[in-house]
Amino acid sequence: MGSYETELNLKDTELRLGLPGCDELEKRSCKRSSMELEDSKCKSNVTTSNNVSSDSSTTNEHDSDSVQPAKVQVVGWPPIRSYRKNSLQQKKTEQGDGAGMYVKVSMAGAPYLRKIDLKVYNNYPELLKALENMFKCTFGEYSEREGYNGSEHAPTYEDKDGDWMLVGDVPWNMFMSSCKRLRIVKGSEAKGLSCL
Amino acid sequence: MECRIRKKESPEPNILNQASPFPDEVLERVLGMVKSRKDRSSVSLVCKEWYNAERWSRRSVFIGNCYSVSPEILTRRFPNIRSVTLKGKPRFSDFNLVPANWGADIRSWLVVFADKYPLLEELRLKRMTVSDESLEFLALSFPYFKALSLLSCDGFSTDGLAAIATSCKNLTELDIQENGIDDKSGNWLSCFPESFTSLEVLNFANLPNDVNSDALEKLVSRCKSLKTLKVNRSVTLEQLQRLLVRAPQLCELGSGSFSEDDLTAQQYSEIESAFNNCKNLHTLSGLWDPAEQYLPLLYPACTNLTFFNLSYAPLDGDDLAKLLVHCPNLRRLWVVDTVEDKGLEAVGSHCPLLEELRVFPADPFEDEAIGHGVTESGFVALSRGCPRLHYVLYFCRQMTNAAVATVVQNCPDFTHFRLCIMNPGQPDYLTHEPMDEAFGAVVKTCSKLQRLAVSGLLTDLTFEYIGKYAKNLETLSVAFAGSSDWGMECVLRGCPKLRKLEIRDCPFGNAALLSGLERYESMRSLWMSDCKLTMNGCRLLAKEMPRLNVEVIKEEGCYEGPAQRVYVYRSVAGPRRDAPSFVLAHCGPHNARGSGKGSTTWSIVCTMQPYLVCYMRGYFQNL
Repeated sequence: MGSYETELNLKDTELRLGLPGCDELEKRSCKRSSMELEDSKCKSNVTTSNNVSSDSSTTNEHDSDSVQPAKVQVVGWPPIRSYRKNSLQQKKTEQGDGAGMYVKVSMAGAPYLRKIDLKVYNNYPELLKALENMFKCTFGEYSEREGYNGSEHAPTYEDKDGDWMLVGDVPWNMFMSSCKRLRIVKGSEAKGLSCL
Repeated sequence: MECRIRKKESPEPNILNQASPFPDEVLERVLGMVKSRKDRSSVSLVCKEWYNAERWSRRSVFIGNCYSVSPEILTRRFPNIRSVTLKGKPRFSDFNLVPANWGADIRSWLVVFADKYPLLEELRLKRMTVSDESLEFLALSFPYFKALSLLSCDGFSTDGLAAIATSCKNLTELDIQENGIDDKSGNWLSCFPESFTSLEVLNFANLPNDVNSDALEKLVSRCKSLKTLKVNRSVTLEQLQRLLVRAPQLCELGSGSFSEDDLTAQQYSEIESAFNNCKNLHTLSGLWDPAEQYLPLLYPACTNLTFFNLSYAPLDGDDLAKLLVHCPNLRRLWVVDTVEDKGLEAVGSHCPLLEELRVFPADPFEDEAIGHGVTESGFVALSRGCPRLHYVLYFCRQMTNAAVATVVQNCPDFTHFRLCIMNPGQPDYLTHEPMDEAFGAVVKTCSKLQRLAVSGLLTDLTFEYIGKYAKNLETLSVAFAGSSDWGMECVLRGCPKLRKLEIRDCPFGNAALLSGLERYESMRSLWMSDCKLTMNGCRLLAKEMPRLNVEVIKEEGCYEGPAQRVYVYRSVAGPRRDAPSFVLAHCGPHNARGSGKGSTTWSIVCTMQPYLVCYMRGYFQNL
């Protein structure tokens, strides 16, 4: 119970000079410390996995913002309380615990948006049928290669990353957890979305 | 209710105490009016008579670290307490750095309180473990209980809240904030009996499940003194309107979800009028899922607003600007970084009285969000418009030394400066230099600084600055910073008022730890995780300073080598007896004053979980 029972990745909290993860990060954040370490009074018997390169002491030369740091999962960083983190996640999927998973559905040309509860449906055919009924449109046959080719409309959705995707490509559960909102587009617009 | 009759302690009870011209009762009555904790502490040091008068007259106590004292010691010194505030786990437990079942359970305190403080009225807990059984026990043991506040606690469910609602007949305050709570159902709210009318503060914003809206409406209706109502996300705008019309006297409102697809014009105007009638609102929060078209509903309520908490409402800069035009009296503002620099410029333009700003990240874990959020220019723009700013919490992805220097020049009165550059060890993004000068500027300019959190690429220079200039610093948070022990030594040597020091992932080792020997007894606590401490260093500290508890959280089976997570705190209660699982070979009658040889022993706590908490218990030759 409680927010502290999340899996603690022990490897992440392993004692080391730099951050867990890529070399770049280790070089960047610990190179200074590893070099000054030689002069320091600290007599720790800790083993480190540092990569001290033979570069000069102008350590920050390559710390330009063009060097994108690899995405590293550090435990407890940035320092956001679990509660707030969970709230943000909830927000993203517009999901309430036990209260259904309502997402907005829009269609070009429709005067107002609708909302449907994704939890009500068990698979794509059910969902598509419901959408067809709600908006009085047809999607036609889905194929991985062609999408909803040939039909008047096609269902798309916005995922967690903010990208617009064609409904039906990923497994249903994955879709459920990443779908933020739905949008029914004209068949012509959807052509660009079909897998290829 | 009268307090316990005080026993006379002087040897000649019938004669006025020669040292004081007042009888004890008078002294007590006078000193009873001293409210400030610090003043009371000073009062108790004057002389024995004042010490006694103070302890008998004290009604409320604040314990910043629940393990620094035991409930027995507390109740022995203060026999008449009505209000207790307790803080438990180290702050980094909020960020998953402390394993579950670490401790800080309220239960043992409640058992003692039930015996010694039957008249207890208020309990405020932060980062404590609270079980449902404890809540039930609380509800049944204290007939005069009035106020319960749980912040960042864990271990309980809505069953516990149901027990409180059912049995606390005189409850005035139920404040449940940001806890790890198991929300089983919303039925707990319906447990308040029909006859119950005393509620003044109700905050259940934390809980995800629906509560019975009928029960909530009736409760709000009959509690005429309700001043604070913060509902959860499941409460709709429509429902909110019905609550507002029943409680126009509200001073603090936390709305639920602020979007609704099918609001009719009629409903809209009803809500508008409900907000209009709330003339006393000074705090607004909640506003989950804010729909842009409904924000104007808030405008009439904003005039007297002093605290606007939009930290769960990801608005964009324009929407924020439109809102803030109506909030000229704002003192405290919390926002999400979706408002971006544009939004902060608006803050600078419209809120000249602003004293506190907190900017939370919408996507703290997403690297692709680079290019979004707030930057150094928003920070500067804000500081230009808000010279009274003294509290800032700022999450960002880029910052420059120059910007921070400008900010503190514009706002020299900072007491709390918490800057979080989200990418660890990131330098000034324009000059590629460390951020040393930024924090140097902060400590040089802001002489009143009490709390500082640093981030970005930092060398020992930052800590030299802190040690040299931050003479009023009480709390310091450090992560992924520093070059060597010297940094930490500077701080420990140079900051006389330091009380809380929390450090993670820094290259500070045993030498640094031990350089602070003299300091730790005047501090509340020290936390160091993923630094360069070893078990030897911790043992040495424990040996030298027997009145400190030196706790190490380690992986199982390794009593040597690195000390991964170390928590050091002063305590008059000795080593704690409730560490995870059971204590092995706890050493006998020796106490802190020491006796016998100067040797170090430690109790190793074995646990079923993959952590060991090792206690370093130092023994000292008689001083």
